Amino acid sequence: MDQNAIRAAHTVSQTPLGLATWVRRAEAIVLPFGALLVGFAVFSIFLLFQGKAPSEFFSLVYRGGFGTAFSWQNTLSRAAPLLLAALCVALPARLGLVVIGGEGAIVLGGVAAGATGVALSGMPAGLAMPIIMFIAMMVGAIWIGAVGALRHFRGVNETISSLLMAYIAIALMNHLVEGPLRDPASLNKPSTAPLQEALRVGNISGWDVHWGLVFGVICCVLAWVLMEKTTWGFAARIAGGNIRAAQVQGLPVGWLVVGFTALGGAIAGLAGFFEVAAVHGSANASLAGGYGYTGILIAFLARHNPLAIIPVAILLAGFEASSGLVQRRMDLPDATILVLQGFVFMSILISETLYGRFKIFAPERWRAA
Amino acid sequence: MDGDLGLWVIPLAIIGGAIRVSTPFLFVSLGEVLTERSGRINLGLEGTLVFGAMSGYALAYLTGSPWIGVAAAALCGAIFGLLHGVICSLPKVNDIAVGIAMMILGMGLAFYFGKPFVQPVAPDLPAISFGWWSDVTQIRAALQVNVLFLIGAVLAFVIWWMLRATKIGLVLRVVGDSTDAARAMGLRPNLIRALATAVGGAFAGVGGAYLSLYYPGSWNEGISSGQGLMAVALVIFARWNPIACFGAALLFGGAGALGPTLQSVGISEGYYLFFAAPYVLTLGVLIATSSPTRAMTGAPGELSITK
Repeated sequence: MDQNAIRAAHTVSQTPLGLATWVRRAEAIVLPFGALLVGFAVFSIFLLFQGKAPSEFFSLVYRGGFGTAFSWQNTLSRAAPLLLAALCVALPARLGLVVIGGEGAIVLGGVAAGATGVALSGMPAGLAMPIIMFIAMMVGAIWIGAVGALRHFRGVNETISSLLMAYIAIALMNHLVEGPLRDPASLNKPSTAPLQEALRVGNISGWDVHWGLVFGVICCVLAWVLMEKTTWGFAARIAGGNIRAAQVQGLPVGWLVVGFTALGGAIAGLAGFFEVAAVHGSANASLAGGYGYTGILIAFLARHNPLAIIPVAILLAGFEASSGLVQRRMDLPDATILVLQGFVFMSILISETLYGRFKIFAPERWRAA
Repeated sequence: MDGDLGLWVIPLAIIGGAIRVSTPFLFVSLGEVLTERSGRINLGLEGTLVFGAMSGYALAYLTGSPWIGVAAAALCGAIFGLLHGVICSLPKVNDIAVGIAMMILGMGLAFYFGKPFVQPVAPDLPAISFGWWSDVTQIRAALQVNVLFLIGAVLAFVIWWMLRATKIGLVLRVVGDSTDAARAMGLRPNLIRALATAVGGAFAGVGGAYLSLYYPGSWNEGISSGQGLMAVALVIFARWNPIACFGAALLFGGAGALGPTLQSVGISEGYYLFFAAPYVLTLGVLIATSSPTRAMTGAPGELSITK
């Protein structure tokens, strides 16, 4: 970059919210959106090869996910855990960490919620609920925080360790639910004892959507504030950009790594809590439902921006909500949505290479040509 | 002796189990050694393994020949690897994230196309019985060794020799250690890495075909549960040395055989915890061999995971 360009970039960044700033921001919206469309296009070609009509597929997805009040409620119910699972990826991502084992924190958070819920039956709900929530979040925080600690203090790659720990968590859950915590009354599907009615999380009044959605949205907003408006978020970004520079500046890199991963884990644990207290009523194998993995895709699609996670999670939740309808009407296997997710994910990652390539998004270079 | 081995059954079953369970680890890790030696990491091998299992099973069922299934799995794996390799050649694209996406895509495609093959029964890969000398059924069972295991064992030594003593091995090591040095030698790092990733994918595909065509020997959606990913960790443990990979694969196979073995002799308490043994072992090994300060000895210089 020559001197003029640097000076130009500097002037541009000094005019807050001018046209040039918005143009530069548009890149972060246009490119993922374009990549999403390319992913859909590739999936459409895939469907055409199978002799299925993409138009029918997408119109069914629209009807099943967003067409009616009923489908909206179905979509939003599914969005709740996805919001939280995506945050578990997006928060550590600020430090440059790719944590993909959020599923483990969801599963163990759910088991912890189920177990404490049973242990605290009889206690007034107003007192018991916060305790149950806190313990589920603590378990999640310890689980993913350990991934961060291993990364920082031992140099263990967080991607592999978090995924291995997700498998360990699922084995641990199976052990607990089939063994020590099993309710003898659960015959075909081993579960913990069901939570008392008073300890269940209900629906938002007038809707068929549980309160997890509200918590999910609040967490996204708070995470955005943390990342964008606080010194911790700023420090984390520095550490993520260049760890040496951050250490030289005296930033507590270790605490940032452990803190951000633990926070991500706590939020994933909260997702487990809602799965148990609002959806299943007890902890069982359904906890390992793949939310953690869809959350990875959402976080990447949203470019790890907590506010962008909200619409993206709703979009993907709509796809999952319509899955049953699409399967029945078009005679497609249930993995169809997974294939779509795969294509979209690939397309999004490939689009990373395009950032900075288009002059239209770089106002300081407009005149240069 | 009438076949009553008492508690000797357990170590025997674990050894036999280790030989049976280790083959996919061996193939995936040998392929990943080649990929990582070229300076790139492919986490998508989990998806490749699952797709290899599906395509191998499907082709073996349709043609009646397990070897055509293995070839098909290798071909599919190579295509997946090539795709990963080419995409990672683009600037600013993160190879770890692409690996995760390939994992999701590979599994999605495998489950999608594999649905009709959950019920049918495909022919198995052949095994050689090394237990002919014994009358004891457990010993005979433990010494049933699949041909792919033997091929993998030989390949481990061939790749070790190749990396050490041939021009291809030298090229691979140079590219993996320094992109600049490779360019200075007139090599094309991206091309070589893409090819190394493709070969790695082919190996992972064969590992998958072993799962569906020999042990456990059927195709279903839960067939892999992380073995492809554990094999990637195993490569780090084995310090990018193919012969060490062979030993590590046997160790991981033994850990994987622990749960089923104990269950077969009637110990079912904590079955799920034993099921977690290979993951715990992998994690423990990673913790023990990693270091926060120094790059690992033997690590290719261009590898993002150890930098």
